Formats: sequence, structure tokens, C-alpha cells
Amino acid sequence: MAQSKHEAIERSVFLLIVLTLLTVSVGGLVQIVPLFFQTSTTTAVGDQGQPIDVKPYDALSVAGRYVYIREGCYLCHSQQIRPFRAETERYGHFSVAGEFIYDHPFQWGSKRTGPDLARIGGRRDDGWHRKHMLNPRDVVPESIMPAYPWLDRPISINVGDHMKALRVVGLPYTDDQIANAATAVSGKTELDALIAYLQGLGLAFPSNAPK
Amino acid sequence: MADFSSGFWDLYVAGFTAFGLLLCLVLMFANRGTQSSGAPQMKGHVWDETLKEYNNPLPRWWFYLFLGTVVFSVAYLVIYPGFGSMNSTPGKDKGLRVEHAKEVKDAQTLDKYLSVNLATLATDKNAMATGQRLFVTYCAQCHGSSGKGSKGYPDLTDNDWLYGGDPETIKTSIEGGRSGMMAPFGTGEPLNSDQVKDLANYVRSLSGLSADSARAAQGKEVFAARCVTCHGQDGKGALAMGAGALGAPDLTDKVWLFGDSEETIIEGITKGRNAGPGSLANEMPAWKDFLGDAKVHVLAAYVYSLSK
Repeated sequence: MAQSKHEAIERSVFLLIVLTLLTVSVGGLVQIVPLFFQTSTTTAVGDQGQPIDVKPYDALSVAGRYVYIREGCYLCHSQQIRPFRAETERYGHFSVAGEFIYDHPFQWGSKRTGPDLARIGGRRDDGWHRKHMLNPRDVVPESIMPAYPWLDRPISINVGDHMKALRVVGLPYTDDQIANAATAVSGKTELDALIAYLQGLGLAFPSNAPK
Repeated sequence: MADFSSGFWDLYVAGFTAFGLLLCLVLMFANRGTQSSGAPQMKGHVWDETLKEYNNPLPRWWFYLFLGTVVFSVAYLVIYPGFGSMNSTPGKDKGLRVEHAKEVKDAQTLDKYLSVNLATLATDKNAMATGQRLFVTYCAQCHGSSGKGSKGYPDLTDNDWLYGGDPETIKTSIEGGRSGMMAPFGTGEPLNSDQVKDLANYVRSLSGLSADSARAAQGKEVFAARCVTCHGQDGKGALAMGAGALGAPDLTDKVWLFGDSEETIIEGITKGRNAGPGSLANEMPAWKDFLGDAKVHVLAAYVYSLSK
């Protein structure tokens, strides 16, 4: 009897596939699916449930974020601070899920050739970023980061379209904001946009003081 | 962790977990058989003409080890949170957040320096070794790893100060940051490009750099009308007037934050140095919130020691 069941499954490719899929999906169903229904992963709250100040990116930052992704910044810079002392001392409060609710896709990255950028906002002045992007060696002689001189050119994407797409995945942009996006970024360079994006990163936790 | 949007998810997670454990037990129960005497049973398959499979029971050691892991996981669920939102045994929750907070608190070794006067601290070898590490981590990106600065970022070792070089003022600068106040004078109003050039020549003449004397003479009048409020009658800067908070540099010395070429000076006068549109900013971010009192204190003493 047991033998025939065994045989029935092994001899039917379709049944084998279905049962295998069911078995391997259990892990995901238990560990991943509930995350979509947790307030700490889907709303702007900190690690202790306190509300944190996270806003959708404005038009210029959306353009900057596009440049960040296009230039592959995430290949060398992470945006995720782990809860280890060595990291929080250097970069600031560790990252929490609620900070990324407006990130589609998130830019956590997986490798740090350069420093983590999760809390770079406000740590340098705009002028520093400008010089640094055009030639990193001008401000940090030891730097191995490539220069990005071509960023000093007008924004070429239609930011409104990007915001429309982001609205589809859940960012609360109004029609007005989308209609005014082009005006908001007119006259700005890609460098301006990238700097605006960076200066807005990680502001939800300005303090590093232990609670 | 009890932050699911509805109670259903607690049951969902707990249900799957319990079901999984139960399934393991059922599986074990179904395979509980022991070796029977006599000829070994065969599975009945035949592969590749002669290959057959024994239907032997699981090895005992393996069977009990598996049962052991099931018992272990039940104990684990009691001690650590994992069974839906069921709380862990009080005092046993060593989540990362708890561990991290403890680790950070244990590391408040710099607090002992807070009570030490800055000038005294600057002579403490151990504190200054720490200060150097802090400086390289947090300050070197702009001021350089040796503190010598670069264009737009002041040299901290030359004992020439914009806002004041006494330990307390240095600490204030680190805590609250500084913002350049030099307004743009040449973008349309109030000076035309000719006047700006005159002014640049006068400024260069102040520190003994080569300058067109006719232009410098004209520039002197512009200077008296526009610049003396911050830079002083003699151009010796805000600090010399006792108004260090303005940060207006001494124009008569050889220290130039952005460079001493006529071109650079004209750029500074024209666009300003106050982080306005298109100007090269002259800004120091505030560090108090991020670094906290103790680190700022040690850093202030370290920066003070750099110029000693």
C-alpha cells in the first residue's frame, strides 16, 4: 500500500512538481507572507514602535534617486546600517524597516567598497558633495571612488512619469505634484538632483544617543 | 513584535509552526519500525536491470536525534519568541536591539572625559589617541586625515581661526556647525563686475599680493562702503573685532580658505560663500545630535591640540 503511493508520486511528473512546490513554499508562507501584515515593516515606525518622520521623495530627489541607480552607486555603497556597535558608532542609528516604506526598489545594496550612505543626509554640505562627485580626490585624497564629471548636465528624464510609476507601487503623490514635477526640476543638473537625494537620506534618526 | 495588522496572523504563524512540528512527529511515528528478524524486506523497485533497494528501518541513533531536535524546538519556542506573537519567557528575550543597547551603554567610556577641562584634556595622551581615531572617522572627509584641510575646508593645524580658536569656541563650532555668511555682491546688485575686480585687487594688496594699484585704490572705496561691517576697517576680520560669530576671515594674512588668486577672490565676492545658489558653500554641519556630548568634547580637545 505504502509502496504504491510512493510509486504514484514518483511516476507522475506533474504530481511530483505540485507536491514539491507545496513543500518548499511552506518556508516562504511562514516567514515572508506575515511581513506584509506587520506595522513595523509597512508603516513609518521605528524599532520601538515610535512614529518616525519618513516622507515620499520630492521631484528632485526622485530624479536624484534615478541617477543613483543608473550610475550603479549601490554596487559600492550600502544603505543599511546593522545593529552592531562598530556600525552605529560610525554611521548612526541602525536602519529599521519603516524607513524604507517609500523605497521602490530599496537601495540596501550588499557590498561596501565605499561607506554606508543610509544616514549621509546632512553630514556634509552640498558643496562637499559637488566637489566630491566631480573628483573625489579633491576632498579625500585617499579615495578610490571614480569621478562622475558628466553628472553636471541637465536632468534628461521625465520626472513626472517616474512619479506616476512610483504612485502605482504605493507612493502617495498627488496629480498636482506629478504635473509640477517638470517645473520643480527645471534648470537643475543631475548632480543637483543626486545631492538632493543624498541629503534627504536617513533623517528619520538624527540622534545616535543610546536610548 | 506583536504588531500584526490583525490577530489572524498570530494564528497563522502559530498554526504553521505547530503543524510543522506535528508533521515531524507523525513522520517519525510512521517510521518507528525496528529491524525484523529474517530476510531483509525489499522495496520492490528494480533499476538498471539488477539494482534493488532494501526497506530497512531508520538507524536508531538517527531516529532519536531527530526526536531530540523536535523536543529542542519546543523548548526553544518557550524561551524565545517565535510562536506567533506569544511572548518569550520574561528576561530571556535577548533580541538584537536589547543586546545593542547594552553594548552601546557599556561603551560609554568617553563619558569620563566630560568632566575634564578641554585644555587639560588636550594634553592627555590617551584621550588624544582616541580623539585622533574619532577625527579620522568623522572629520577627515573634509578636513583631511591630518587636519590640514583643503580648498573650502579650513586647516585646523595653523592656529588661524575664523570663529575663534579657544577650546570652548571650537566645541561650539563642532556642536552646532557653522554657516558662511558672505553674501553674493556681484550677481547684478549691488556691485558691477568692474567694481568686483577693483575690490579683488584691493583685497590682494591687503596681504601683500601683487595687485593693480589703480584698481586697488578704487577697490578701497568699495571696501569701505561694503565690507567693513564684517571684515573690519583694516580687513583683519571679524575675530579681530571681537565678533567671531560672523566668521569673516582676516584678509591681511596669508591664509586663504578658497585660494588667493584674483579669479577665486572675484568668484567669492560675486557669488558669495553662503551656500546660496551656485556658490561654493562654507558650511560645517552640526554634530552634537549624532556624536553626543562625550565624543564632541574629546574631538574639541583634539582639534585644539592640533594647533598647539
